[in-house]
Amino acid sequence: MIEQNLILVLVMLPFLGAVITATLPVNAHNAAAWISGLVLAAGLALMAVFHAPVAEGRILRGVVQWVPALQLNLSFRMDGFSWLFVTLVLAIGVLVVIYARYYLLKTDPVPRFYSFLMAFTGAMLGMLLSGNILLLVVFWELTSVVSFLLIGYWYQGQAARDGARMALIVTAIGGLCLMVAMLILGQIVGSNDLDRVLGSGDLIRAHPLYPLVLALFLIGAFTKSAQFPFHFWLPGAMAAPTPVSAFLHSATMVKAGVFLLIRFSPALGGTEAWFYAVTGTGMATLILGAVIALFRHDLKGLLAYSTISHLGLITALAGIGSKGAILAAIFHIVNHAVFKASLFMAAGIIDHETGTRDMRRLSGLMRLIPLTGTLAIVAAAAMAGVPMLNGFISKEMFFAEAVDWHNGTWLDNSLPYLATFASIFAVAYSLRFIATVFFGPPPVDLPKEPHEPTPWLRRPVEALVLICLVVGMMPGTTLGPVLNQAARAVLGPDTPHFDIAVWHGFNLPLQMSLVALLMGALLYLVFARQIAAGPEGPPLLHRIRAQRIYERLLLALSWRLPRLLHQRIGTEKLQPQLRILVLLALTFAAAVLWRQLAYATEPLANPLSPAFALMWLVGAACALGAAWQAKYHRFAALVLLGGAGLMTCLTFAWFSAPDLAVTQLLVEIVTTVLLLLGLRWLPKRREEIAEDQMLSARLRRLRDFVIAAAAGLGIALVSYAVMTRPLIPNIGDWFLRNAYKEGGGTNVVNVILVDFRAFDTFGEITVLAVVGLTVYALLRRFRPATESTNQPEQQRGEAAAALQDYLTVPGVILRWMFPAMIVVSAYFFMRGHDLPGGGFSAGVTLAIAFLVQYLGSNVRWVEARLTVLPIRWMGFGLLIAGATGLGAGLFGYPFLTAHARYVDLPLIGQVPAATAMLFDLGVYALVVGATVLMLIAIAHQSLRSARLRDQDTPEAESKEAA
Amino acid sequence: MEIVLSAAIGILAASGTWLLLRPRTFQVIVGLCLLSYAVNLFIFSMGRLYVGAPPIMPKGGFVDPTIYADPVPQALVLTAIVISFATTALFLVVMIASRGFTGTDHVDGREGGQ
Repeated sequence: MIEQNLILVLVMLPFLGAVITATLPVNAHNAAAWISGLVLAAGLALMAVFHAPVAEGRILRGVVQWVPALQLNLSFRMDGFSWLFVTLVLAIGVLVVIYARYYLLKTDPVPRFYSFLMAFTGAMLGMLLSGNILLLVVFWELTSVVSFLLIGYWYQGQAARDGARMALIVTAIGGLCLMVAMLILGQIVGSNDLDRVLGSGDLIRAHPLYPLVLALFLIGAFTKSAQFPFHFWLPGAMAAPTPVSAFLHSATMVKAGVFLLIRFSPALGGTEAWFYAVTGTGMATLILGAVIALFRHDLKGLLAYSTISHLGLITALAGIGSKGAILAAIFHIVNHAVFKASLFMAAGIIDHETGTRDMRRLSGLMRLIPLTGTLAIVAAAAMAGVPMLNGFISKEMFFAEAVDWHNGTWLDNSLPYLATFASIFAVAYSLRFIATVFFGPPPVDLPKEPHEPTPWLRRPVEALVLICLVVGMMPGTTLGPVLNQAARAVLGPDTPHFDIAVWHGFNLPLQMSLVALLMGALLYLVFARQIAAGPEGPPLLHRIRAQRIYERLLLALSWRLPRLLHQRIGTEKLQPQLRILVLLALTFAAAVLWRQLAYATEPLANPLSPAFALMWLVGAACALGAAWQAKYHRFAALVLLGGAGLMTCLTFAWFSAPDLAVTQLLVEIVTTVLLLLGLRWLPKRREEIAEDQMLSARLRRLRDFVIAAAAGLGIALVSYAVMTRPLIPNIGDWFLRNAYKEGGGTNVVNVILVDFRAFDTFGEITVLAVVGLTVYALLRRFRPATESTNQPEQQRGEAAAALQDYLTVPGVILRWMFPAMIVVSAYFFMRGHDLPGGGFSAGVTLAIAFLVQYLGSNVRWVEARLTVLPIRWMGFGLLIAGATGLGAGLFGYPFLTAHARYVDLPLIGQVPAATAMLFDLGVYALVVGATVLMLIAIAHQSLRSARLRDQDTPEAESKEAA
Repeated sequence: MEIVLSAAIGILAASGTWLLLRPRTFQVIVGLCLLSYAVNLFIFSMGRLYVGAPPIMPKGGFVDPTIYADPVPQALVLTAIVISFATTALFLVVMIASRGFTGTDHVDGREGGQ
């Protein structure tokens, strides 16, 4: 149990560190480094606790339920393999933090660096420890995203931005492929649990989707581990600060891909396709990386391609997949992380001290920085595979696998030669690094005079080089046990124990190593001058660069293609877009209903009432008239629209929906007034637009008429089909039966709104509030068109004087009506739960009471006497509704439960409908507020434009006078 | 009755759709109103047509759901009416603001075209 919690603590620790360091002041170098270092050290301490149970071969687990329905839980597991990997990440992490503390400039913003670094460590640990394949993908993507931020840390530089973006695009595309692969894997196995997936290798390999899963999975792993042809992002990522490079490209980011390959080799590996794809890609990358590295002049570029090459080596081993190969792969992961981190740090020191990373300018540094030089030379020798250093042993094991393991294919037969060939180049580039940088004549014309750096900048390198030496001389006693643990965790408990030794006799692998050392040295000595004088990259090959292909592709896909498509098929016009929408809807409806639309054999039929038919004769005429007149006779169209609305309202009343009828009628009034207010701001249109008479316009209208007729006919047919079909028993019956018993009201519609489905209503009134505020915000910056700012004709001259008092009588009547309307509103509200009415209609009624005061009198006169604060009405409405909902929580019920009867309190039992009424009160207040806000905001525009007019006139006059 | 109501829904929907495809903002706003009538009636009619059977229950006792109108479509339409009022208001404000900014009431914000 304790272990379970400790694993969760381990994963959460770095994220906690990220949050803390993110809140530090910008220049708190020491504090940030201490916090980060301590967090990682605490993680290491936890790993020490885990060592004993893991060494027994146990798998430790920690699970937090997340989305059980999707089998997506926060489940973590730790076995020997992930233990080794996590320890490696944390240990290198501590050293990187120490290094970064002295490497970063005083002016670099600290919180960003350390919090990203911590977040990245957390993502990496999460990925390594995930016990669920979907969770693994989540953390995998997180490493891509955070590495983007880390690589782009110095975002002022173009190179950093480009490198970060390239890394993100390549690894994130891989991550998407991986996600699809994991989803299919989960379907094949029937579980997302990592253990079950790893245990179902035979099932997966026999499945018809295996090739697809394998391809997607490998794209994910290869992009992350910078395998050919996705390798180009890694050199680009060298624009990152050196501590980031040392962390990302030694122990963490790029190792995630090979981790995945090794982890999933029992489930996906062992087939010919796996061998060809993984070992083939690995060997290609190994050779390509080694060759290009020799020809790079940039120090970090050389190290970047060398990293690619070593990752290829590990990948090739994972592809071979034999027990010795897996052990060698794990071993080389550790070794490469150790010597490559130290080399990156050394390169950083050289850059820091001399101001350049160009090997053609560096020379003879051994005299100036002897300590750093010695460390770098040892690390580079380990990289080259010189005996008595750690790189040598794992490389020997690789050679041994290349020679000993056979499956009889051509690739297998050529493995020893390819391996030796790549090693020759590895020796040559390591030698070039040592010889050009540290030996030769003293450097001339360096940007800075080099000195030994502060000791603490060197300490991490010293520690790492010490590990290189110790492991190189005593591999069996130092790393032997944990490596065997890790291999057993991957391959199963019956894996035999491997003895890792320095000396295996004068066997074939040793001869291969010697050949590589000799030939490599020879290669460098012969071609040293040509390489230095040559271009940045191997001869001939440097012209073909994957990065350039990627850039071309990116440009074409993200810039040219979208613009081309937009030009060809895009439009900025609204009408074609709407037309496409309507046509699509029609097509889909037709496709779904084609030959499916059946009419009931015994259709329901209410006896036809002539009055109803007559009513809709008028209604249809109104609708068609509104459609016909809306362009040139807006006012007429508005009146006709009101007619159609009235018929709708009457239909509701006719067919037993009194609530709807009341609400529709009230909303109809408000909508009409609203549109009337809007008419004032539209341009005059008395003369017909000439274009409307042209043939093309007529054709367009005909086409639209056909579309509209088809839409209308379709919806009429569908609604007739449904209306005449007998009603099947549905949820409505439950509402009818239980409205009074459970909701304490007899008006079922209202009970549904404020009780059964109150949460929906809560959402809807929130929408109403948002719309009200949006209207208010939009109109605050409103500037009317110039031709609309003048007073309308009817308010000018003699006509205005004659019409001065034209609404006096109605105004007085409406003023008297005001209290009566408030009473009506209250009446609607109070009876809402039992009879037609309720918060919505009562709210609109009160809004209308305010509105008619504005209509009947002068706006200024009204506002001098009546203060409405619509935003407060809305706010309090939302608060009341929300508080009612939360109140249910006090009694242990879910949000918005209004079942007061189920509470065993006698007092509350006596007022069962109380909470629902309170909720309705919130609805009421909000509807009043929102409606009044919209109407007043629009009505006020005429006041504002009058003010603007008053301001403008004197200015204009004074200008004219001047 | 059913045939009249479905014809009415069809005509409202057709008028609304036609206006939706017109070039002037006011036409579109009227079209949306007509369309919302059609849609509200359509949803409402999914509960079938009952004359004189509003879903108002007696206080207690046995309830026979078959003799009352279906309350669910009514509840849905009630909120739809209020929300469609809100969207009409929003669209109206966008319409007059766009007219203020661009000087035209064409849906594309500039004259010409369709």
